Amino acid sequence: MKNNGSKAWLYLLPAILFLGAFMVYPLVDVFVYSFEEGYNSASQSFFGTGWYNYGYVLRDEYFLQALKNTFLLVVITVPLSTGFALLISLALGSIKKLRELFQTIYFLPYVTNTLAVGLVFMILFKKTAYTEGLVNLVIHFFGGPSVDFINGPYWAKMFVLCFYTIWVVLPFKILILTSALASVRQDFYNAARLDATPKWRVFTRITLPMISPQLFYLIITGFIGAFKAYSDAVAIFGTDLNAAGMNTIVGYVYDMLYGNSGGWPSYASAAAILLFAIVLTITCVNLLVSRKHVYYV
Amino acid sequence: MKVVLEHLTKRFPSRNKKDKTEVVAVNDMSFEIPDGKLVGLLGPSGCGKSTVLNLICGLETPTEGRILFGEDDVTGLPPERRGVGLVFQNYALYPHLTVRQNILFPLQNLRGEQKLDKELMEEKALAAAKLVQIEQLMERKPSEMSGGQQQRVAIARALVKTPRVLLLDEPLSNLDARLRLQTREEIRRIQRETGVTTVFVTHDQEEAMSISDIIVVMKEGVLQQTGRPQEVYNDPANLFVAKFLGTPPINVFDGEVRGGTLYVGPDAVMELAGVADRPVTVGIRPEAFRVRDDGPLRCALETVEVMGRDTTIVSTHSALQGVSIRSVISAEYAEGVSGGEVRFYLKCAKVHLFDPESGERIRFTDAKAL
Repeated sequence: MKNNGSKAWLYLLPAILFLGAFMVYPLVDVFVYSFEEGYNSASQSFFGTGWYNYGYVLRDEYFLQALKNTFLLVVITVPLSTGFALLISLALGSIKKLRELFQTIYFLPYVTNTLAVGLVFMILFKKTAYTEGLVNLVIHFFGGPSVDFINGPYWAKMFVLCFYTIWVVLPFKILILTSALASVRQDFYNAARLDATPKWRVFTRITLPMISPQLFYLIITGFIGAFKAYSDAVAIFGTDLNAAGMNTIVGYVYDMLYGNSGGWPSYASAAAILLFAIVLTITCVNLLVSRKHVYYV
Repeated sequence: MKVVLEHLTKRFPSRNKKDKTEVVAVNDMSFEIPDGKLVGLLGPSGCGKSTVLNLICGLETPTEGRILFGEDDVTGLPPERRGVGLVFQNYALYPHLTVRQNILFPLQNLRGEQKLDKELMEEKALAAAKLVQIEQLMERKPSEMSGGQQQRVAIARALVKTPRVLLLDEPLSNLDARLRLQTREEIRRIQRETGVTTVFVTHDQEEAMSISDIIVVMKEGVLQQTGRPQEVYNDPANLFVAKFLGTPPINVFDGEVRGGTLYVGPDAVMELAGVADRPVTVGIRPEAFRVRDDGPLRCALETVEVMGRDTTIVSTHSALQGVSIRSVISAEYAEGVSGGEVRFYLKCAKVHLFDPESGERIRFTDAKAL
């Protein structure tokens, strides 16, 4: 047995080495930085230790804005994208003709280049010298006023960001849910049918419990992904997210390190640790909730 | 509830797009299941017996023909309005629900006038559970039970809404040999107690023979024969039915009728009337053989298997189709058998003649063993 144990560790070594060097060590490092006031990475020096960095970050308006944006993004996009994905997967499962075509169409955004996606959103939403954007044309058609989605009011910008995020994450979720739905044995549906089970009850009492593991996986990864959002905002509003008022927590961390106001690794670390704490908490809550509602075969 | 199938045909379109030929799963099938009987639908894999079951419960609709429950024509009715209970081959118990919830499930679907209050539902569920003797397992999940227990739950779930017809799809195929014996008695008991008209599908002839009131033998979508198990066994309509029923299986020989005498290869074994001179296929049940020193059927002895009460003599014959003859003899008569040749005379009622081409039964009269 002892021999086996050492063998096992040998096999695990590469993974442990890499995870340790690139995941655990940086995390510990960031944790340490977050308590070192005015850490300078060039001179490797700092003034003192304490909670000052956290105090600063939590009073920073930009951070509070980023926090609010991120929370809104999470609260809006995770339920909506998961819900839409479920609806679309159910629809895909219930059609017979052209199913493969539609599956391909819905999966296309997943393999589409980010730049191409950005371009599409420009055409849809951006005001230029030549056009007001496709969405505004539609609004005009119905007699509404122009809305500047990129530089305009907060809700409009948030709408575009959420729309973009949902659109980008949808294909993967549809893929997972379509296969989950297909793996539910037809026998269960036949049994339910023979017992004259109403459609809604079939969905809530059979389909949902059967696909709950995959659904739960999507919700957890959806939460984590949305909390870590950054590149989507950059793709729409450019790199100066603070000025646009559309920064996210990850964006704030990045700006603190490299942005215009950069060179503050201590503040960046504190913000990063705060984000880590938030994501950890939410994931734990998710896991607790799931115990009651997720059924594993 | 009497169940009548009238000229039932089910054709499935071919999956191969280039090949437009249809697959005929059930071909012009007619039979009647009397009220309160247990009927075994029997046939080899792919003979369409499961399709018949699906047609009766409504999961498939027939291409042609009618299905009647009593006087009601249910051919066009969707499954949920036929009032049938189906036990699936792999039980299809909802794995995330407990036994209680599984049994309650069909009752909770009832709407309108049929809607029951909670206490009545619990009462009915408990009664169904007691009938199949699983009332002490009500809070278990299906994964925490043995195959036999899951089977019982499935039967309880099918019975709890008091169906007009109970259908069982290969009910014993997922159980081990011992449990199978036990469970088939159990099915028989439950069917007797409830008196519900029951149809079950199986490819195991022993299973069908042992518990059915009536067996229905199918082959390639065509009904071969129906009747009480012993009748069908004693009086098979054709070679297929004769071969399909019985363990050990019937022994089949090439033979010939010449001048009122039946020859198996060179041996004249029987005198009979009513058959013109012609080649025939001879089926001889294992229990038809009697050992006699000057018996007309001369076989080369291979082994003698003694199994308690009965003895099986394994031998060969030049006219035999197949590998070896298995004949079951009372142990006392088998004592003298040893070495080289063994000679038999035949019990005429256990010998059947068939047309070598079509396999149809050729009937004869006035048989006398030689």
